[in-house]
This record gives sequence, structure tokens and C-alpha cells, in this order.
Amino acid sequence: MSTLPGLYNYWVVVFLMMAGFYVVISHGNLIKKLVGLGLFQTSVFILYISIGKVAGGTAPIAKAGVTLYSNPLPHVLILTAIVVGVATTAVGLALVLRIREAYGSIEEDDINRQDLADDQGAPRAPEPAQAADRKQAE
Amino acid sequence: MIDVVLLGILVLIAVAAIRLRDLFAVVMLFGIYSLMTAVLFMDLDAVDVAFTEAAVGAGVTTVLMLSALRLTGRMERPSAHSALLPLVVVGVTGAALVYGTLDAPLVGDPTAPAQHHIAPRYLAQGPIEVALPNVVTAVLASYRGYDTLGETVVIFTAGIAVILLLGLHDDARQPATDSPELGRLVLRVVVKTLLPLILLYALYVQFHGDFGAGGGFQAGVIFATGFILYDLVFGDAIARRVMPPRWLPRLAALGVLLYAGVGVLGMLGGGAFLDYSVLSADPHHGQHLGVMLVELGVGLTVFSIVLAIFYALTECRRTA
Repeated sequence: MSTLPGLYNYWVVVFLMMAGFYVVISHGNLIKKLVGLGLFQTSVFILYISIGKVAGGTAPIAKAGVTLYSNPLPHVLILTAIVVGVATTAVGLALVLRIREAYGSIEEDDINRQDLADDQGAPRAPEPAQAADRKQAE
Repeated sequence: MIDVVLLGILVLIAVAAIRLRDLFAVVMLFGIYSLMTAVLFMDLDAVDVAFTEAAVGAGVTTVLMLSALRLTGRMERPSAHSALLPLVVVGVTGAALVYGTLDAPLVGDPTAPAQHHIAPRYLAQGPIEVALPNVVTAVLASYRGYDTLGETVVIFTAGIAVILLLGLHDDARQPATDSPELGRLVLRVVVKTLLPLILLYALYVQFHGDFGAGGGFQAGVIFATGFILYDLVFGDAIARRVMPPRWLPRLAALGVLLYAGVGVLGMLGGGAFLDYSVLSADPHHGQHLGVMLVELGVGLTVFSIVLAIFYALTECRRTA
């Protein structure tokens, strides 16, 4: 593994990060935006793990006869970040579901239009049926 | 060489995920992307991270996203805006970042500053001071115990936020509809056979994490995956009888309390908060005990929060 290709990892990380960033700022669908955030997040994971790699090293689990290990610190940081990531993604999904209940859509354009109509005092689009059902149930 | 190929595959998947409008395909692609990332982590020596990414990214995240998709609809509407401005923004930012990498140390360079800060101390002293072969576990649970306590609290808070947003009820407000998979004999037999093995494996990962790859974070997710699988094949009603939703927030709180309690126990024993050496007459034994209890707390919290999130999302689907 001594011929690791230099900066290639970092460039792929930058590409993936920008791919995620592009999805977040250019797509209107909220679920797609969350996937974009996921792409962005994973690119950061790859960046950290790439930094921790030591050429010729092995996994940081002590073993007799092994002297060169990869850096354990980025592994610790990213391991916890992955699980925190799924929890925060779930918060995002929950917010998307509530937005859909309130606006009847998860497309940013629809939501903006309804908000603008609200601001101008125009009658609000009728609430979708399932939101009303939910309120009754509560 | 293999990581060049893997990174190439990641780029291809990312491009495909951007272009597709079918969100079901996008979510499935994202699952494959996570699995590929896990393989890449394996190649970069991060076995614990690869483990976590495979269980979380390819498993749980995909299931949660699909649960949400069932409610929100499958197709994305084509954007009415021009893609030019986002492309310019992304292009400029990306160029600046690439410029920033030009004088970075090459990947794998043993003389890079990152390898000479505190990592050598962890690697040299970890197996002696904490007496655990897995340095990642030693750093996670002992050296950086404060940090990990914080992360556990973040996961707990995120889970509570989801429950507050969507609600988590013990009794289904509508009679649970039998899942269509109920009749599929093969699926039921396979899941019934696999389930004990999955749970047993999760326990192994939990308690062997000090010695090999694994620990509370991974074990919690794998344990939850077992229940999620059971729920998907046998239906919500039966799964909720096995693990009632009302237990989950309490279990999650118990995990955080266990973690913090071990810290306070260290203080009562005359040490600092989260100093495990004073837990027993033999400091090594104390460290081992402390790490095991703390990892158990993490595992409990992660398991119950992941499962509670899954219940909350599927419940929302059922009442809609």
C-alpha cells in the first residue's frame, strides 16, 4: 500500500462534498435535500479517515509483532459522528413529514408560495385531510 | 489500488443520485453508496468505522428514508429554477477547496502532522494504561469519555425530538394492517432463523468491542436492526408486543444515566469524572469495568433511540 495515490482521495472528497452541496441548494424536494446532506456528510467521513491512514499501517488493534498502526483518533471521531448522523437525519425526516402534513407538499416552491400567500392575507389552501384526521385523533 | 476504484464508484453513484428523479432509486443508490464507503473504510484500516457505516448507512438510514418516502411520494418534481447559479457557486467553492488541498500532506504520509499530535501517545500507552487491545475503544470510552458522553446525549436528544415531532404511542390508533409480507413463507422462515443470530452477534459486538472491532454504537444499531427486520416481516402489531414503544424512551434515558453514573462513581471513588481507574483496587481492572459499563450505556441508548425513531416513522405511515 505504499503507492497510495497522493491527493486523489481529497479531490474525490471535494467532488462528493460539492455534489451534496449542489443537491441541497438546487433541488426543491426536501427528501432529496436530505440525501444531499447525507452525501456531504459522508464526504467529510472519508476526508477524516483518509487523513488517519498511515501507509503500511494496520487497523489500530494492538497485536504482537505489529509496530505500525493507522491513526485511531479520526476513527473515534467519525464512528460517533455516523451514529449521530443517522439520529439527526431522522430529525430531518420527522420535520419533512410534519411539513407535508401542514402544507400538503414537500416541494420547496409550493411551501414558499403558500407562505407568501399567507403573508399577503390571501385565504390559505385547505389543509390536507390527513392533518385534520390527526388533529381529531388527538 | 482498490480504493481508487471504490472512490470512482462513489463518484458515479453520486452523479446518478443527482440526476435521478425517482426518489426510491435515489435512496437505494444512497444505501449502496454507504456500503461502498464502508468497504473503503475497511481498506483505510478503519475497521470500527466500516462496521458502523455498514450497519447505519446501508441498513438503518435506508429503512428510515423508505419509511418516509411511503408517505411523501416517490417522484421528485423537476425544478423550475435554472441550475446555472448553483453550479457556479458549487464550482467556485470546489475550486477553492481543491486549491486548499494542493499543499496538504499526501494520503498515507507517516510524517504528516496529524500522525504526530496525540495519536502516538494513544497507540503507545492505550494498551498499557487502559489495558485494552482495541485502541479505538480505549480512546472512545476512556481517553475521550467526555466527548462520547456528549455524543450519546446528542443521540438521545435527537430521538426525543423525533418522538415529540411525530408522537410515539403504545396502542395503534387504527388496527394494524397486516403487512403484505405476512403470507410469504420463505421470508418468515428466513427471518425467524436469522433473528437469534443477529441478536447474538449484536451482543458479541457489544461485549467483545474492547478486544476486537465493535462497541456500544455498533451493537446498539445491530440489535435495533434485528427488531426492525422482525417488524418489517411480521407486522407492527407483533413487533410492538415484543418491544413496547413506551419502554424505549426509558431505556434510552437509562443508558445515558448509566454512562453519567459511572462518571459520578469515579468521583465518589476519589478520582475525576469518568476516571475508571478508581473503580476497582486494580486500576486495569477498574478501567476495564468502566469501559464495559459505559459501552453498555451507549449500546442501550443507541438501540432504543434507533428503534423508537423507526416506530415513530412507521406509526406516522399507519395513521396517514
